[in-house]
Amino acid sequence: MCGIAGLIHRGKSSNVGSELQLMLQALKHRGPDSTGYALYAENDGKNFIMRFKVGENVGEGSTSVNEDASVYDKRKKLVDNMLSELGAKVIKEDRLTPYSFRYEMEFNDDLMEFSKKIESIESVEILSIGKSLELIKDLGDAAAVSERYGLGEVKGTHAIGHARMATESGVDIKSAHPFWGYPFSDVSVVHNGQLTNYWNNRRVLENKGMRFMSECDSELIAVYLAEKMRNGATLEEGMKDSLTGLDGVFTYFVATKDSLGMAKDTMAAKPLVLYESDDLVAMGSEEIAIRSILPQEIDTYDPFDGEVKVWQI
Amino acid sequence: MANLKTAEKKTKAQSMGLHTEVLTGKTQQKFFNPDEAENFFYWGAYDVDFNKRTDLDVKDMDCKEANRRIDELMSQGYGTIVIKNPQGKHSLGVGILNKLNLIFEGSLGYFGVGSIDGPMVRVNGRVGWSCAENMMAGKVVIEKNAGSCFGAAIRGGDLICKGSVGARTGIDQKGGTIIVGGDAGAFTGFMMQRGRIIIMGDVGINLGDSMYDGTIYVGGKIGSYGSDAIESPMTKSDIDWLKRKLKVAELGENFDVSKMTKVVAGKKLWNYDALEPTEKKGAI
Repeated sequence: MCGIAGLIHRGKSSNVGSELQLMLQALKHRGPDSTGYALYAENDGKNFIMRFKVGENVGEGSTSVNEDASVYDKRKKLVDNMLSELGAKVIKEDRLTPYSFRYEMEFNDDLMEFSKKIESIESVEILSIGKSLELIKDLGDAAAVSERYGLGEVKGTHAIGHARMATESGVDIKSAHPFWGYPFSDVSVVHNGQLTNYWNNRRVLENKGMRFMSECDSELIAVYLAEKMRNGATLEEGMKDSLTGLDGVFTYFVATKDSLGMAKDTMAAKPLVLYESDDLVAMGSEEIAIRSILPQEIDTYDPFDGEVKVWQI
Repeated sequence: MANLKTAEKKTKAQSMGLHTEVLTGKTQQKFFNPDEAENFFYWGAYDVDFNKRTDLDVKDMDCKEANRRIDELMSQGYGTIVIKNPQGKHSLGVGILNKLNLIFEGSLGYFGVGSIDGPMVRVNGRVGWSCAENMMAGKVVIEKNAGSCFGAAIRGGDLICKGSVGARTGIDQKGGTIIVGGDAGAFTGFMMQRGRIIIMGDVGINLGDSMYDGTIYVGGKIGSYGSDAIESPMTKSDIDWLKRKLKVAELGENFDVSKMTKVVAGKKLWNYDALEPTEKKGAI
């Protein structure tokens, strides 16, 4: 069934890493297979942050094929060579697990072409590119993933996350949420529900040059919105359009470098509880997610069917 | 009424308004036998005193432990229990088949006070999905908002939300009354079979979709009618009943109930067409 959570601090930064971890851990019963974070962190905003993986986590109930760890080094080398070829200058690199990396780099060209070239290397997937977005996803619960990637100390303005129960695709990182809104920097999406016109939409979008990295239906939302925005729609316009363009049941969150939005399908079939104040908006599949960071008595509500909302930082 | 302890079996039954005669033929009936009265009492029902009051802090308890503690307190005769720090936990206060004053100082998660029969409940907060699902009797008052499937499949009692509720309120409702002070989402009264729903504000799309029977009253705008839901004229009895019910619910002191829209089943769905005339009569 999956659990989603998100929060946005308006006008200030906070410990979004630890806050989102608490929210997602409270939703663990909704999705124990994998956990993902999209954190909009306090970076200097000068360089791009690229998070990418060169293989899968093959432990923790993974459905991925086991690989010799030596292939990770080979693929990393290929990525480094490609980056040089594309004129990207790596300022800092961190290897967080044998298969996942965080690069800080200077780059001033077309992100779509850049991504296509990098992802043409076997088993390499860019999880995110942005100047504030840090997208982390792996198998395990929120606490395990946070500890593995050192997310507890991350400060920022907003974040969205996902606790996944694998239903439509495998237990692996490529099917885990959030999804990056390729090829837009700093755009991420999490989703709870099922989309029933996935293949129809995917064929159309692929013909328009958009790319899919997984067979997870939720990835469609990120690609769908990205395509709308590529054609000049605002985020909110794209989200409103998705209510009729996407068929099925869904509640999803989308975040950009300075905003956070939610959309709920016209059947209101998937849960969402919302708390709104002047300086904080917090939302999750269940109220216990919000209570994990706001234990005091607060007023919350369920958005209605077909509702779209967007908040700015 | 006759003294039930000493009266003859037939007198006992008739005093309680029941039959003792045996019918033959096609009609199949099972008759009440007063000697088997113990079969009609709830297992686990306790004799409680409403004036005996206690607090229960459930902050560090899971729902099973909290519900077990509520049961223990009732067994000790506590008739008023105040639950502190529910903090949105799921399935709190479920399965209470007893008279009881139960007060939650905070919000509940999913399936709060589900499958209850008898208690008076007040939630000084919000409730999540499926609040009071399968409720048989009693009164539940929610001071703030409620999630979707509010009062799903309730059979009886009064379920009141002073704020707004989500989608599919009163889905599969089989009796009782649901009252909402604010707005309600899509598919309110979906597949409703009996009972009444009062929405003082607006409702979303597909109101009363596929309802078999029952009545829905709406004070505000209606997004759209669902399949086989139709408008029906308000009668004096509707107005008198609504006034009394809203007063009991502590809602709408100055609300003009005569302007509400009354929605009932059109009874044109296939399941009605497929029934024999005698079956139609007994179907609802």
